[in-house]
Parts: sequence; C-alpha cells; structure tokens
Amino acid sequence: MITELGHFTLILALFVAVVQSILPMVGAHKGWSGWMAVAEPAAKIQLVLVGFAFAALMHAFVTSDFSVRLVVENSHTAKPLLYKISGVWGNHEGSLLLWVLILSLYGAMVAWFGGNLPVRLRARVLSLQGMIGVAFMLFMLLTSNPFLRLGDPPFNGADLNPLLQDPGLAFHPPFLYLGYVGMSMSFCFAVAALIEGRVDAAWARWVRPWTLAAWLFLTIGIALGSWWAYYELGWGGFWFWDPVENASFMPWLIGAALLHSAIVVEKREALKAWTVLLAILAFGFSLIGTFIVRSGVITSVHAFANDPERGVFILLILGVFMGGSLSLFALRASALEARGIFAAISRESGLVLNNLLLTVSCFVVFLGTIWPLLAEILWGRTLSVGAPFFNAAFTPFMIAVAIALPVGGLIPWKRAKLGRAIWMLRGALTLAISIAALVWAMQTGRSILGPLGCALAAWIVAGVLVELWQRGGRGTLRARLGRIGHLPRGDWGKAVAHAGFGVTIFGVCAVLAWQSEDIRVLRTGESYDIGPYSITLDAVHEGQGQNYLTTIADMRVAKAGKQIAVLHPEKRFYPVARMPTTEAAIDYGITRDLYLVIGDPQDDGGYAVRSYIKPFANWIWGGAILMALGGVVSLTDRRYRMAAGAVRAAG
Amino acid sequence: MKGIFCAVALSLLAWPVFAVQPDEILADPALEARARQISQGLRCPVCRNENIDDSNAGIARDLRLLLRERLVAGDTDEAAVDYIVERYGEYVLLRPPAQGTTIVLWAAGPGLFLVGLLGAGIYLRRRRTAAPDAPLTEEERRRLAELTARD
Repeated sequence: MITELGHFTLILALFVAVVQSILPMVGAHKGWSGWMAVAEPAAKIQLVLVGFAFAALMHAFVTSDFSVRLVVENSHTAKPLLYKISGVWGNHEGSLLLWVLILSLYGAMVAWFGGNLPVRLRARVLSLQGMIGVAFMLFMLLTSNPFLRLGDPPFNGADLNPLLQDPGLAFHPPFLYLGYVGMSMSFCFAVAALIEGRVDAAWARWVRPWTLAAWLFLTIGIALGSWWAYYELGWGGFWFWDPVENASFMPWLIGAALLHSAIVVEKREALKAWTVLLAILAFGFSLIGTFIVRSGVITSVHAFANDPERGVFILLILGVFMGGSLSLFALRASALEARGIFAAISRESGLVLNNLLLTVSCFVVFLGTIWPLLAEILWGRTLSVGAPFFNAAFTPFMIAVAIALPVGGLIPWKRAKLGRAIWMLRGALTLAISIAALVWAMQTGRSILGPLGCALAAWIVAGVLVELWQRGGRGTLRARLGRIGHLPRGDWGKAVAHAGFGVTIFGVCAVLAWQSEDIRVLRTGESYDIGPYSITLDAVHEGQGQNYLTTIADMRVAKAGKQIAVLHPEKRFYPVARMPTTEAAIDYGITRDLYLVIGDPQDDGGYAVRSYIKPFANWIWGGAILMALGGVVSLTDRRYRMAAGAVRAAG
Repeated sequence: MKGIFCAVALSLLAWPVFAVQPDEILADPALEARARQISQGLRCPVCRNENIDDSNAGIARDLRLLLRERLVAGDTDEAAVDYIVERYGEYVLLRPPAQGTTIVLWAAGPGLFLVGLLGAGIYLRRRRTAAPDAPLTEEERRRLAELTARD
C-alpha cells in the first residue's frame, strides 16, 4: 500500500514538474506575474511529493518488503539496518530516485532562499529545474521504476553487494549526488541568463554560492569514495582513474574552474560568456557522468546492448539539454560583452590561466575515459587507457596549477607586476626549494615525486600564509593580526581551500614515493619486520557476523620492543551474495598508516600476509576535508549572509 | 566501484585468490622489482580497468607468472611486454603507446592547452585595449529609471 502511494506521488510529482516547467517560463516571457508565481509553490510541492516517494521506498527496504522487486534484488532480512537504508540508493533505480529527490530539494531551496532574485530570473530558473525534473522522472518511470512489484514474492532477498556494505560507501552517493545535481543550479542560472541576455556582477553573486555548495559536496563525495577504496579493496590504492571515478572528477574540475571564473564576473564584469559556458559544461559533465555510470557503455561496448533503453534515454536527455543550451549559447554569447579592462599580468589573467589549466586537464580526463570507446567505434581497435596514461598526461597540468596558485592569489586586480609578487613570495620559494633539496638528499634513489610533492605543498601553503600576512597591511604585529582576523570569510575560505589543495598534493606524492610493502607466508606465532615495526601473527580464528562468515587474524605490532597496537585484519565471506571481501586492519597515524591484510591459508599451514607502510596517507583526505571546509567558510561570507538576511527581513 | 566486477566474476569460486601471492615472488629482488613495475602497466583481461599487480583474478595470476618466467629467462622489460602483447593483444597495455591514431590521444591535451593559451592571449590583449564603457543604451536607461522609481 505504501509502495503504491510512493509510486503514485512520484507520478504526481512528474505532473507538478511539467506545470513548473511550462507556466513560469511562459509567464516570464509574457510578463504575467500570476503565471510566474506558480514556480515557488510547485517547487515546494514537488519536494514533498518526491520526498514521500523516497520515504515509501525506504520503508519497503527497512521492512524488507520482498514483494517489491528492487528490495528483493538488493536487500536481505539479515542485513544491518544502516545498509538496509543505504541499500535504497545502492542500485540503479533507487539512486535515480535519490537524484530526483536532491534535484527537487535544490528547487525548493531556490523557492525558499531566492527571495532576493529578480522575479523573472527566479521563475526561469525554477522552470528549467522543472524541465530537468521532468526528464529524469520520465526516465525513471519509463525505464527504471523502483516501485515495481513481484507477483510471486520470494522468502528472502539477494542481498546488497557486500563491497557496498560499508559506512564510507553508504554516504558516498548522497554527497556525490548533492554535487552532481548542485551543478544543475549553475546550469539553470546560466541558461536563464542567456534567455534574458543579462550576465552581470549580481548574477555571478547569485550563482557562486550554489556552485560552491555543489563543489564542496562533490569534494566530500569523491574523498569518501577514495577513502573507501583505500581501506576496503585490500592494497591501499586511493585513486584508480576508473571511468566511474573520472565521471565524478570531471564535474569537480569544471566546477572548480567555474568557481574561479565567477569571481572575475562578480568583481570585474569580464569572462562572462566563458563563465556561462563553464556553468553549462559543469552540468553537462554531471550528465555524462550519469551516462557513464548508468549505461555501462565505457566499461564495455557490449554492456550497452544489455540495456539499450536506459543508455539511449540518458543520451537523449544529454542531447536535449546540452544541445539546447549550447545552441542558445551560440546565439546569445556575443551579447555578453565584457566591461572590465585589465592588463596581461593581473589577478584576472591569473584566473584565466587557472581556468585554462583546469578545463584542459578535465578534457584530458574526458578524452582518456572515452578513448577506448572511440577507438573501437572508429578504428575497430580494442585498447585500454589506464592509470599510467592519466598519471602522465594529467599530472603536468596539476603541477602547473600548483606553481601558479600562490602567484595568482597574491597579484592585484587590473594591473600587476610579476616581479613584485615573486619578491613577496621569496620566502616561500626558498622554503620550497630547500625542502625539495633536503628531501632529495634524504631519500636517495626513490621517486622524484617525493621532493616534487614536498616542494609544491610547501610553496602553496607558505604562499597562502604570505598572502594572509600581506592582507594584514602595515603596522605592528598586533594590528596586522587584528586585521587578518577580521578578513572577510571569503578570504579565509580561499586560504583554507588552497592550503587543503597543497596538503592533498603532499599526501598523494608522499604515499606514491615512499610507501613500502611486504608480502609473505606467515605461520601463527611467527613474526617479521617491516620498517621499524615488528609484527607477530598470534592467532587466526573463525567467526560470524550479522550476515557474513569471517576469518580474523590477531596481529601484534611492536616498535623497538614495545607493543603499539593489536590489529585484526579480516577476510569475510557473504554467503547470500556469495562474495568474499577483505577488511584490512589499519593503524592510522599522522605520519604513516600501517596497513595489514590477511590472505589465503597456504598448503603448508601458514597464511599469506600483506603489509604496507603508507606514509602520510591521511593527508590526502585531510586536504580534501580542508578544501570542503574552505568552501563552507566561504559560504558563510557576509555578502551571501546579507542576501539571506534580506529575505528574512522581507518575509 | 572498481574491483566489484572482478569480485563478481570470482564469486563462482569458493574462496578468493589475492593479488601477488608469496609463492610468485622471485628470489632476486631486482628482478622482482622490475616485474612489479611492469605488472602495474598491464591490464587484467577480465577485470574492469585493473592492473594484473592488483587483480585477484586467476588470469592475472597467470600473466604475473608468465611475466616473471620471461624476466627470469633474461628478457628485457620491452621484450617481456612485447611477448605478452603478442599473445593478449594491445588491450592489455594500460598506457597505450603513442602510435598511429593513439598519437591524437597523447597530443590532444598539450595541443588544446596551446590553442587555449593563444585564445587567452588574444582575449587578454583585447581586454587591455578595449574601449572604455559605452554610454547606457536607451533600454538600459529605461530600466534604470524603472529600478530607481521602484525604491
């Protein structure tokens, strides 16, 4: 009954979205305020309806209603409650419903907080949101309905993929989708602005918080996914350049570019057409990401044939939205003339370079991701494009971004002198070079990534500090610190996010350059050394979890004769899904992670044991957290809060 | 998401085999280091974008053993890789060689960057020499009046 209600409200939400996409658009065109006013209640009603549908599906999962096909395919009564809930979006149909739920949430947010937007712009933005909603709800209802029932319900379900039964991955999709779908906001603002032919500082100020929010959610989502891969897959890799990972990384890169170019529009009224194009592309890459993940076309051309309906439908959505918006862009872009004048060396040109590097690096990722598909279709060549390609082709652009960042952050708007900026950064430069030299001397014969990563990280973080110090102006230390303390939150956000970027670079380079590994057969009672640690396998015993069987090892870690940890790496087997997983045991630390994995029993009685020392691994995600935190701090900046305050005063 | 595919393929087996096993490791550490390095550039043929060094699949183990056999037999790195590519096809190379049409893949990034740099240069030049703000158009004047009247 509740399932049917959910199904029904989803269909109702589709009709509301149809109304929301047509009436306000016509009203905005004709200047009929009554028609435009339909947008806000429609957006709120849509949220309520989709929210109910989502709750209904969740109810089916939590109560293990095995008359619903989706629940049978992705759940089981013995599964812990958390994974019954996360099972709702751990599959194609349910994740689409989450997608639409978040879309309608963003729509309702515009209705709630968009009081300071011009009436026409708001109506158009909400109408465009409605159109995206229509497309995805149609997609769901026609090809991937989560509410389908089974005539002959089985006694129990097939269980969720055990790899997905993990707290890190339970929350990875919601954050990722908050990011993907958030990009639809910038898209709607961009298209609405194109329809109006007006892009100005005010527009940039409205767009930026939405983009910032989307980008920071995407950052968290990607970091969660990467962290999950690190501890779950059993060898401590954190990024694989997998098509699915690239799908989330491309909108992140374009989103980062958009964040920066929107500043130029806001402060200097330049780069307008480019910013609008980026806003369109950011959502385009979100759709392409959805297409890649949902159609399976990149994984294998043949998987596409398994489900041509879905792939073609998403391609159609992509074609309509990208084709439509890009044609509109081609027609209207020339009308978006720039106002601000600036010299070839200026903050503006620094941000142009930032945009160039970020978009080209995104293009490299995109091309590498679809290249196997292109090669097969065009030339009948089956080839692979994997991590070695991306590492070689993508990394140089990131190095360039890292080198340019402190300079670009420091030089003034309009006109700048490069020499002056570099003079201000002389301390940071000296620090970076000396650290690199020191590391180079200490790590004889290891990867160049070590000194390079340290130098770049030091350069960026020291550059951020120099910039803050400069912002403190002149005078006594006290006066300077006081002024630095009172800098706008936007500046603090920038500092924190940039420092986070440096920290992540350091973590990545440190792990890649300095990790060590040990693989061996170990009998119980035996011990071995890795780095400064001595590890003893005390015992191996069998156990049983809520829905799995497990083999647990007790491993004692000692350093210089003193015990520092007892770790329990596990090997699990999920009988319902008939899948094994490894659960690495990690002793987390600031300077290193000790990472233990227990493998197969060997013929002669021992166990295969793999151990790794991962230096500074946590800094990778620490940096990502800092980047997201920078976004949050920026979002609380006075100029956005003032806008929100204006709404409260008006309401 | 990675690894799921392989894990699914493996679910037919009772118990998984893991990436590089202790019994595969060569006695000569220099040779083993070369084998590890090469393994990371070779794709497991039944996995989704996973190299044979990390893969749990049986065929990845076969490839690892084959590669070590070739290295022990005295092959250079290139010869060992060629030997495997000859038998399993270009598909196993995770780093496609810049030959034939694949040159486009390698050149596209730097090429686009140069084009973009040129475009940015032209744009910056124009921004530097652009005429000062044009006076308000008739429509803008009307809109301004409209806005100020509203307050």
